[in-house]
Amino acid sequence: MSRRGIARALTYLSLVVASVVVLLPLVVVLLTSLKSSEEMANDSSALQLPESLLHFENYVTAFQDGEMLAAFGNTAFILLFSVTGTVIIGSMAAYAIDRFTFRFKKLVVALFLVATLVPGVTTQVATFQIVDSFGLFDTRWAPIALYMGTDIVSIYIFLQFVRSIPVSLDESARLDGAGAFTIYRKIIFPLLKPAIATVVIVKGITVYNDFYIPFLYMPSEDLGVISTSLFRFKGPFGAHWENISAGAVLVILPTLIVFLFLQRYIYNGFTRGATK
Amino acid sequence: MTDTTTEKVARPHSAAPPVRKTQAPRQVRLRRGLTPWLFLAAPLILLITFTYAPVANMVAYSFTDWDGVSPELSYTGAENYAEIFTRAELFQVFFVSGYYLAASVVQIAAALYFATILSFNVRFRNFFKGVLFFPYLINGVAIGFVFLYFFQDGGTLDSVLRLLGVESDRAWLGTSTSANVSLAGVSVWRYMGLNFVLFLGAIQSIPGELYEAAELDGASRWHQFRYIIAPGIRPVLSLSVILSISGSLSVFEIPYIMTGGATGTETFVIQTVKLAFQFNKTGLASAAAVVLLLIILAVTWVQRRLVPDDKVDLV
Repeated sequence: MSRRGIARALTYLSLVVASVVVLLPLVVVLLTSLKSSEEMANDSSALQLPESLLHFENYVTAFQDGEMLAAFGNTAFILLFSVTGTVIIGSMAAYAIDRFTFRFKKLVVALFLVATLVPGVTTQVATFQIVDSFGLFDTRWAPIALYMGTDIVSIYIFLQFVRSIPVSLDESARLDGAGAFTIYRKIIFPLLKPAIATVVIVKGITVYNDFYIPFLYMPSEDLGVISTSLFRFKGPFGAHWENISAGAVLVILPTLIVFLFLQRYIYNGFTRGATK
Repeated sequence: MTDTTTEKVARPHSAAPPVRKTQAPRQVRLRRGLTPWLFLAAPLILLITFTYAPVANMVAYSFTDWDGVSPELSYTGAENYAEIFTRAELFQVFFVSGYYLAASVVQIAAALYFATILSFNVRFRNFFKGVLFFPYLINGVAIGFVFLYFFQDGGTLDSVLRLLGVESDRAWLGTSTSANVSLAGVSVWRYMGLNFVLFLGAIQSIPGELYEAAELDGASRWHQFRYIIAPGIRPVLSLSVILSISGSLSVFEIPYIMTGGATGTETFVIQTVKLAFQFNKTGLASAAAVVLLLIILAVTWVQRRLVPDDKVDLV
């Protein structure tokens, strides 16, 4: 084999090895979720295939005893409000910053900029007191307010898009007698569709996966979101790995489906979000 | 600015009715001046309440012995800070960050490698790209459980090793070093995809003619990487480094979910959360958080000095 050929073979080998490293832990958990508790007790190898690939009892248990249905409901509720809020707030801020000259504009932009440097995890000690003083503690509004209020990356994504919309559109609308709000609602907002799609996906996945904020702010059991409800599997299901695995698969599955359908948006969104 | 322009425009036309003309713009100007603030009100209020007020409060708490509940608190000066830097077990957590820092070197190197090879023509490219990126999207708690089972006695890792003929009886999460290495490994598994996609995007934005020209000149793959790809991804690389450092310092989810901070895997954030919400030492926890915040700001500042970012053009 030529040197090029060997290099090519090694390249593919490394890719296959990496794929196995990524997929194997997940596949094993999927297999485990389909095993019965007797199988788990007898069977020593984690790699053994389950006796029946249609054994869904653990999923029923996860839904019923693990209260995953309520968790999905709470997550959906929080997602709906925080994502809608982020889109409205972010696009309005971006419109104001890009299309108006006003006093203290530099200061406002600097405030948003510096805030990206403050990692949310560090300030929760004090944020907690503020959320608590509003009486939001242990309600679903605490995470909603925090997700809406601390998302600066979305503002940047919107800012990039607002800038690409020609100002002449605003001007011709203004000549037709449209006010600033009408221009925002009728011209800017509809043209922001690609940015909105990006923000909805990135924000949606971030909120769906967040553990820290719901864990700190919503300790009540009936306010569990998918992260915290899944976390509680640790107690009652103890060493029942088949049930815990079913819970984990239930949580991962929606992400996988969204990823398969919206790949392009997801790559773009996370790249843009990180490099802002 | 606006004053001079309106005057200039107004003067030639408005020789006859000057009074009406100057009054109307003032009203318009007032409304114009107010409009951006109407749009900014909600974002600014949220920004100040949930980012700046907490930072200010946190700094204030850090000089007190407040327990987070009682109305009483007394000013203790820099005592909390002295405690953090002198009590060995409080400082210990910074060494745990070392494992994650080392892991992020591995992570960036791996991401760079895969981004480079996948930027060339490779079969099943989208499949490999998707597989490598997907872990980044998975819920942290689910990842925690997946890897608890992975490292469990007789779990995935042991089974694979047995398949390869290696009999291992060690508890992967049993000793401090082994547990931290395992957890740092999980963190590489989880976050490598983001670095990889960032690098890949940067590499693919390099114009293709450059490679063609290099190939005509007989440049090897390594030279293409060294002289075309590496300079092209420098900004993203420095961003990844900074994200890794601040990420290594603020690790929380994976160790908290998997070990709860036991067997020497406690990180700075786990410790701070425990101090604040379990032991009600809000003052001390605030001081710890201020220290972390300062470190992260310092790191960011150093990075901005070393690699001046010409892409920051916000207004």
